[in-house]
Amino acid sequence: MNLSLHLVIAPIVIPALAAPLALLVMRSKRRLGLAISFTACFALLAVAVWMLLLAGDGTVRTYELGGWEAPFGIVLVFDRLASIMLVLSAVLGLLALLHAVVTRADRAGWHFHPLLQFQLLGLNGAFLTGDLFNLFVFFEVLLIASYGLMVHGQGPARLKAGVQYVVVNIIGSSLFLIALGLLYALTGTLNMAQMGLRIAALGPEDQGLLRAAALLLVSVFALKAALVPLHLWLPRTYAVATPAVAALFAIMTKVGVYSLIRVVPQVFGDGAGSAAWAPAPYLLPAAILTAMVGFAGVFVARKLSEQAAYAIVGSTGTLLIAVAGWQVDTLGAGLYYLVHSTLAGAALFLIADVVARRRGSYTDTIASGPVFGQRQAVGLLFMVAAIATVGLPPLSGFIGKLYILGSVADTPGWGWAWGAILLTTLAGVIGFARAGSTIFWKEAAPADGAPPGGNHAARVPGSDMAAPIAALALLVALSIAAGPATAYGEAAAMQILDAPATARAVLGRG
Amino acid sequence: MSLEFLVASGIGVLVAGGIYLALRGRTFQVVLGLTLFSYAVNLFLFASGRLVVDRPPIWSKAVNEYTDPLPQALVLTAIVITFGMTALAVILMLRSFLETGSDQVDGDSTEEHEDERS
Repeated sequence: MNLSLHLVIAPIVIPALAAPLALLVMRSKRRLGLAISFTACFALLAVAVWMLLLAGDGTVRTYELGGWEAPFGIVLVFDRLASIMLVLSAVLGLLALLHAVVTRADRAGWHFHPLLQFQLLGLNGAFLTGDLFNLFVFFEVLLIASYGLMVHGQGPARLKAGVQYVVVNIIGSSLFLIALGLLYALTGTLNMAQMGLRIAALGPEDQGLLRAAALLLVSVFALKAALVPLHLWLPRTYAVATPAVAALFAIMTKVGVYSLIRVVPQVFGDGAGSAAWAPAPYLLPAAILTAMVGFAGVFVARKLSEQAAYAIVGSTGTLLIAVAGWQVDTLGAGLYYLVHSTLAGAALFLIADVVARRRGSYTDTIASGPVFGQRQAVGLLFMVAAIATVGLPPLSGFIGKLYILGSVADTPGWGWAWGAILLTTLAGVIGFARAGSTIFWKEAAPADGAPPGGNHAARVPGSDMAAPIAALALLVALSIAAGPATAYGEAAAMQILDAPATARAVLGRG
Repeated sequence: MSLEFLVASGIGVLVAGGIYLALRGRTFQVVLGLTLFSYAVNLFLFASGRLVVDRPPIWSKAVNEYTDPLPQALVLTAIVITFGMTALAVILMLRSFLETGSDQVDGDSTEEHEDERS
């Protein structure tokens, strides 16, 4: 193994080293700590982009930790899907870090930077690992970091939502362990590739247990992805989190989606007996409901951050409508939409914060208030983000949705999928238009009777628009590069659905 | 009564009690519920390598029967994680109680739930 392939583990090692360093120096030498944090994020991005290019040749690369051969040791599997997710998490980490530093939100509590690095460590590990128990461990790493980030900045609302978030996730983790125990008892392995092979060889007496284990595992991923009816924890949590943190959390639901995409074809594929494509009959109805609930929430939300949280739920639903097809073209469309919806959701949270910082006591509630500084610029940002999120031309949301509509057209139940996507788009358009016109076009005298001239809103320099602008610029880039991006997504989908080839690559048999 | 039956029903009782308590409205009961549930999960993981009595967990040429060592390693990891999680949940709930003055999980004031407790 040459040295450059050791870079495969770099996305896990870089944040693991940066977090304690940042923890050590942040208190006494803040500038040095910031430098460490930014350097780690840029290094992560560079490595991720390098891996994206490397994975483009279509081989499934593996990295055996400590030189222990799979299935005995823990193995990292790095293919097109993993590298897409790595780039996404590196980009989002950088955006969140930038916004937190510019708005000084990282000073609102202790240890923002180490927790951010640990969060990235957990995310990258979950995207790379090829071992089911290891996936659980990285889930825990990212969850523990997210508990800290969730209550960052404190305050009663955050603690209240934090308690619910922690309880829901502890129960989710316990269910994950039960599913793992069942699968281990049945197959005697935790390596995903080998598990897929062994499940295909199970006898008829074990099929009931297998099906239970498969559905339990899938429900855990659905909980992480905030799929209806397991979505109730999300809106409350994300809406009250520190905005930079909420932007980073935009990728957390996608971790659930990623796990579904990774585990179902590999472990519960065609040969899996009673568990073959176990979630398939439930996934499409649940996804349609999720899209409906999410965009209904966009329609009725009272605050911009709440609206962004519901937009995350809705776009995850739209994404899973595509994933539920389990075909190369639907999955490819889903992957393109996944990248788009994560960035768009993050942009919405950041813009909600930009609005809240300028409106003083009005914060980001969808109610008319006095004129605030840079209203046109902020309004323009909001419009672009809203267009991207609901999927109007010309941005990537439109391309993604069009691509999804086209790809699901020849699957059963396409009528429901089309109806749901088009209807939710309409609801989203109306919801965002209402919010935008109320906040950016209408004016009202301050409710507390202060004179309209006495602007009590804080004067804020425009620098806090940097991170939202960067996010929107990435969306524009994604729209311009839609050709190569969709081709890459489709190639990734083909690689995922070819489970035997992955198994051969991981287990090293020809 | 076989060992399998005892362990299985023990796990079942723990899960039932854990879920019941976790669904209660007040944080202390929820913490107890989570703890019971995680005990059940740990036992379940332990049993997933089959229940073998009085055999070494190591493979060597001298022994013919051995227990599966991997679930024991998994349980160790799970115990450490759930222990940390429980500690975190307790601290978080305590902070939440001190800041909001309510130990309801949904954070509502205690007056609304007065009739439930009586």
